[in-house]
Order: sequence, then C-alpha cells, then structure tokens
Amino acid sequence: MLRYVPVLMIALLVIPVTAGLGMVLLPAFGYLPVLGGEQLSLAPWQALFSQPGLWRSVAVSFSSGLASTALALLVVVLFLAASQGTLLDRSLRRLVSPLLAIPHAAVAFGFAFLIAPSGLMARLISPWPSGWQSPPDALIVNDPWGLALTFGLVLKEAPFLLLMSLAALPQLQADKRLQLARSLGYAPTIAWLKVILPALYPLIRLPVYAVIAYATSVVDMALILGPRLPSTLSVSILGWFNDPDITRRFMASAAAVLQLGVTLAALISWWLLEQLVRRFSRHWLTNGSRRRGAATLTVAGRGGLALTSLTALAALLGLALFSVAGFWRFPEFLPQSLVLDHWQRSAAMLAAPLVTTGVIALVATGLATLLVVAALENEQRQHLHPRRALWLLYLPLLVPQIAFLFGLVVAAEQIGVRPQLLLVVAGHALFVLPYVYLSLGESYRRLDPRWLQVAQSLGISRNRAFWKVRLPLLLAPLLTAVAVGLAVSIGQYLPTQLLGAGRVTTVTTEAVALASGGNRRLIGVWALVQAGLPLIGFIIALALPRWLGVTQRESNR
Amino acid sequence: MNDAATESLTLEKVCIRLAGQALLQVNTRIAPGEVLTVMGPSGSGKSTLLAFVAGFLDSAFDAQGQVRLGEQNLLALPAEQRGIGLLFQDPLLFPHLSVAGNLRFGLPRHAPDKHRQIAQALEQVGLAGFENRDPATLSGGQQARVALMRLLLSQPRAVLLDEPFSKLDTALRQEMRALVFGQLREAGLPTLLVTHDEADAAAAGGPIIALG
Repeated sequence: MLRYVPVLMIALLVIPVTAGLGMVLLPAFGYLPVLGGEQLSLAPWQALFSQPGLWRSVAVSFSSGLASTALALLVVVLFLAASQGTLLDRSLRRLVSPLLAIPHAAVAFGFAFLIAPSGLMARLISPWPSGWQSPPDALIVNDPWGLALTFGLVLKEAPFLLLMSLAALPQLQADKRLQLARSLGYAPTIAWLKVILPALYPLIRLPVYAVIAYATSVVDMALILGPRLPSTLSVSILGWFNDPDITRRFMASAAAVLQLGVTLAALISWWLLEQLVRRFSRHWLTNGSRRRGAATLTVAGRGGLALTSLTALAALLGLALFSVAGFWRFPEFLPQSLVLDHWQRSAAMLAAPLVTTGVIALVATGLATLLVVAALENEQRQHLHPRRALWLLYLPLLVPQIAFLFGLVVAAEQIGVRPQLLLVVAGHALFVLPYVYLSLGESYRRLDPRWLQVAQSLGISRNRAFWKVRLPLLLAPLLTAVAVGLAVSIGQYLPTQLLGAGRVTTVTTEAVALASGGNRRLIGVWALVQAGLPLIGFIIALALPRWLGVTQRESNR
Repeated sequence: MNDAATESLTLEKVCIRLAGQALLQVNTRIAPGEVLTVMGPSGSGKSTLLAFVAGFLDSAFDAQGQVRLGEQNLLALPAEQRGIGLLFQDPLLFPHLSVAGNLRFGLPRHAPDKHRQIAQALEQVGLAGFENRDPATLSGGQQARVALMRLLLSQPRAVLLDEPFSKLDTALRQEMRALVFGQLREAGLPTLLVTHDEADAAAAGGPIIALG
C-alpha cells in the first residue's frame, strides 16, 4: 500500500496541472467544441492583441513580480548576514511564522490603509509637517506602475523566503564556517555573504522561483493594490473569463497562455540575473576584502527586515483600527470614537463563510497531511531521498494559478464534475500539499533513525513503532505543518472562486469582493477575521504539545 | 612565511564559569613558536577555552581574566580583529571555491603576487598544481593540508588547534602532526592545542596542562 503513495501523490499534483494547462491551450487556439469552437484558429490571439493596454498589463505583471522578489530576497539575505545571534534576530525569527500565516488579501488591505492618501501614514504627518487639511490628491494605492503592489508583495514574500532560508541553514555548518572566516579576519556580515550565501542560495532557489511565479500572476493582491485600466494581466484574465459574453473565453484562454509566457520570461530573466551575479561576484568572493562596506550592509540588513515586519504589523493594527472606527475626520490620527457597529452588523453574515472556510481548510489539510506522512514514511522505509521529485512537488507553485485553474474547471466538466465544494477542496489540497511536505519533510528525515531501531529491537512492529514512537516524537513539527496547511487553504482566493464557480463563499472571497466597494470599516472587519483565522491554527500547534506534556526537545535538536 | 610574529600569547588568571560553577582555570604564557597543549576528557571545557580566546564564547558562560597577544588586550577586540587563526577537526574548505579560491580567501586583500604565494604554499605541502581542483575531490589529508596553508597565508599572530588530527587515520595523523607543528614553529607562532590524545601532546613537544 505505502509504496504506491508517492506515485499517487505525484499523479494528484501533475494530472490537474497538465489537464488544466491542456484545456487552456486548446481554446487559446480556438478549439473548444462545448462553446462551438470546432477549428483551430488564431482568432483568439488577434482579439487579445487588439485589447487596449495589453502590453502595459504585461509590463506591470512582469516588473512587479521580478522587482518584488529581488527586493524581498535582498532584504532577507542582508538581514541574515547582518543579524546572526542578535536580539533582533531572535525576535524577528519568532515573528516570521505568524507573519507568513496572514493571508495575502489581509496584508494587502492593511497596507492599502497605511499608504492611501487618507491612510494612517498621511494622517501621521498631517496637518503638520505636511500642511494637508484634506487628503492629498494622489494615486498611491492602485498606482499605474504597480509600485504599491510590488511593496505589498514584498511584505508577504520576505517572511516566506526567511522561513525557507532558516530551514536550509542547519545543513550548512553555518556556525563553524562563520567562525573560521572571522578567525581569518572577516567582519561578520561580509563573512556571511562570502561563505554562507553561495552555499545557501542553491538550497532556496526553488522557493525563490515559486515566489516569482506567484508574484507575476497574483490575483487577490493585484485586485486590491494593483493598477486599474489596465490592471495586471492576471486580473484582466479573470475579468475576461467571467465576462457574460461566453465567446470571450477563447481570448481569455489565449491570455492565460500569455500569462504563462510572462511568468516563464520572468523566470528566465531571473536565471540570467543569477548568472550575472555569479560572474561578477566570483572575484569579490576571494579578493581578500574583509571589512569594506560591512557597516553599511549591517545597517541595511537590520533596518530592512525590521521595516518590512513593522509595516506588516502596522498594517494589521490599521485594519483593527478601521474595523472599530466611528466618526473619523481626515487629519486626525485616531478616530473620535470607537464603535462595535461594524462587527455587530457583520456577525450574522460572517457565520456561513466561516463554516465553509473551516470545512474546506480542515478537509484539504487533512487529506494533504495524510498523503505527505505516508509518502515520507515510505521514503524512510525505502531509504530514498528524492531530489528530482521535488521539482514535481513544486509544480502547482511554479505554474501560475490563473493559467491552469480555468482549464481545470473545463477538464472537470468534461468528466462530469460540476464546480462545487468538493472540487474546491480538491483544488485547495493541490496547493496545501506542497507546503505541508516542505514544512514537515526536514524534521521527518532528521529524526534519529535509532529511535525506531530501538523500538523494533524491543519487539515492536514497524507499524506500531510508527504510531507509538515516530508520531509522538514528531508531534510538534506535524502540528506546525498542519497549521501551515490550514493557513495556505484559508488564504486561497482564486481556486475557491473558480473551482466553486463563485458559489462557494469563504472569508477570503468575501473580503476580496469588498475591495471594489471601498467601505473601509467593513473591509477592516472581514480582513481582520481572515488574518485571525490562521493564527488560531498556529496557537493550537504551539499549545497542544505542551498541554499533552510532550516536550519539544527532539524538534529543537 | 610570517617573520614578524615574535609576540607571546598570555592567558592571565583566566577562569570560565557556567551557571556559577568554575569550569576551568588557566594562567600561562605561550612563547613564539611554542605549542601549549591543554588535555582533558570531553566535557572538561577544552573547547570552551578556545572559544573564549578566539572570541566566540557563548553568552551562557561567564569568563574572567586577561588574554593578551604581546601587549595588546585581545578581549576588547571582536573575533575578526584578534589575528587568531583556527584549525578544527574538519578542514572546512569552502565547497563553493576551488583550492586556490580557498587559499586566496585567506590572503590579505593587498598581498603582493597572490598567484605565486598560492603556488608556493601548495608546493610546500606537496600539492603543487592543485589550484583549480574542487576541494571535494581531495582526500582527507590533502584537505587538511590546504586548510593549514589557508590559515598560514592569512598571517595570523597566534593559532588555536581544536583536536585537528582526530578525524585522520593513524598513519596520516603522524605525518600531519609533523607538518603542522613544523610549520607553526617555523612561523614562530604561539599555539594553543586542545586534545584528548596524548600522542598529540607528545608530538607538540611543549608544556602540557591537564583539565578535568
């Protein structure tokens, strides 16, 4: 049984993605019999290329994706280089998981409330020193070049890349390497960049690629922070697919293929950038320079991540403030009164989406966790260490959601599955599974095999040893992986929207739908609920092992 | 290769405590070219002493006393400015750099004629022509020799050895001891060796302090 799990898992990841891509590729060239497209043609492409502002959309998607990834990686790398062992390091490390758990949409709303012309930052500097008595007339959120979107993305990508780096660092003997470089006279920050980073980067390359793919094609954040008329390519595609004029589907499919091309172009550009950096840093690595620039880099490294983390926290506080704000005139920093009206009025409407969100998250995460644990157990028993299969695991994260989810709906309809809750759950599991695997895999492999050998030598069967020894020892990382899975599911916008055909409403789809309305107090309530939900999972994951009296010694080793 | 090294390393009334309990006490002076061996079983605090002198002591420990190189107070300096070279059990050659890259990493920034210095250093340890090799393709003994030359090229003012021979096989161990102690003596560097192997201490030929 167990030995078929990896095949099953890969199939569950690969088949939906390829089927979805196939059912987008065909209509992109005019073939979709259900809609009367019987012949291959280039008409969809001609229609697409005659859309006004198309190239602007493409440019914004490409540039915001690449720039946000580069910025987030820079912030994380400099932070790690500059802050090892400092108090800042330890406190930010504790913040990283909660920050990562907050859904993209909630962060985007909070960030928008911070930087908007009538937002908290403008209020902070008004009326003095800015002199503004009314909100400045400037397009800050939804700016045409996607700068707000870029910075919003950085807020979410930095914690992800930090967590991935922290997970990879223990494999590198980082402490010893740093001691050695420092004993050779290198300042700590320079030492880290010269001896740790070149070894670390290959280990976080896949996560970086996943970030690029995500950032070039994100929908929910772009709906909230991105430009309008034209919007980013991904948002335009969503509009075309949902157009009442059903023949627009062909053009939308062509656009989805174009999105795939934009993401691919971004990935290739990044790869070229990697080669350039490698070539130009080769001399610097061994030129013997030990201290030059250390002070500047140290300040930048500590400041950068502290700034992004503080911004994310301030964004959440902003959400909270708006959700209870009464009358609030512009230059005043705080509302005149705090009221619970918006919460009371939303309570009734929150109930149903909350239940749906919870059910989808629990079932999808449960399924994914079951598969991942089975695959990891099989890996241990067969003494495998899959490196190449890791690429397949990343497939749903590397292919833009908007490029294959529409096709997936069409493909599902072909085999008689209508969009509904079950399809949504399956779709969520597709994105939850890789994260659960990434979160649990390293702890699972690092558990000392002698624990199980001892158990078996005491006459306990392999299966009983799994339940009696391995699972209790891995309880803490297992619960964390579940919490990560729940958080990923709760934050999903596009899969819920598309695979549920708009009829499955979760807290996230409701919150994003409020974006166009512009009622900040209502948005504050919904976004805060959305942000709070995943935290519950993390709190349980932290508290349960202690409550059960299982220490975390093993996972800390 | 380091003619200027004529300072001695002084550990004056050094006392390291953990949670209020005295772990070790040392009061000694290591002359240029001399190797002082600190012996003790594991857990006796040998490595803690090295971490203290090198500047990497964990903040859980509480240390008193003075460490001086010549007249200079080392404890006031961060690790990277102490001029103290380290040799660990593992050679720790950086895998992203070639053999020459590793040696170049040790050379001071404005060292003259780096190319020739590296070639000479490799020749000195019988590895002439190994410049472009990937460190992972070298045997354990070869890696240890490159690590030693990287240390010497960085022109340290004193050297700390943390059980540097314990991972080598017996035959190689003899050879490496002779090489390491010979080179350090020739460079006139005060050296502190911690080990639990008495043969190391005998080969070092200097004074011995027993801990624990």
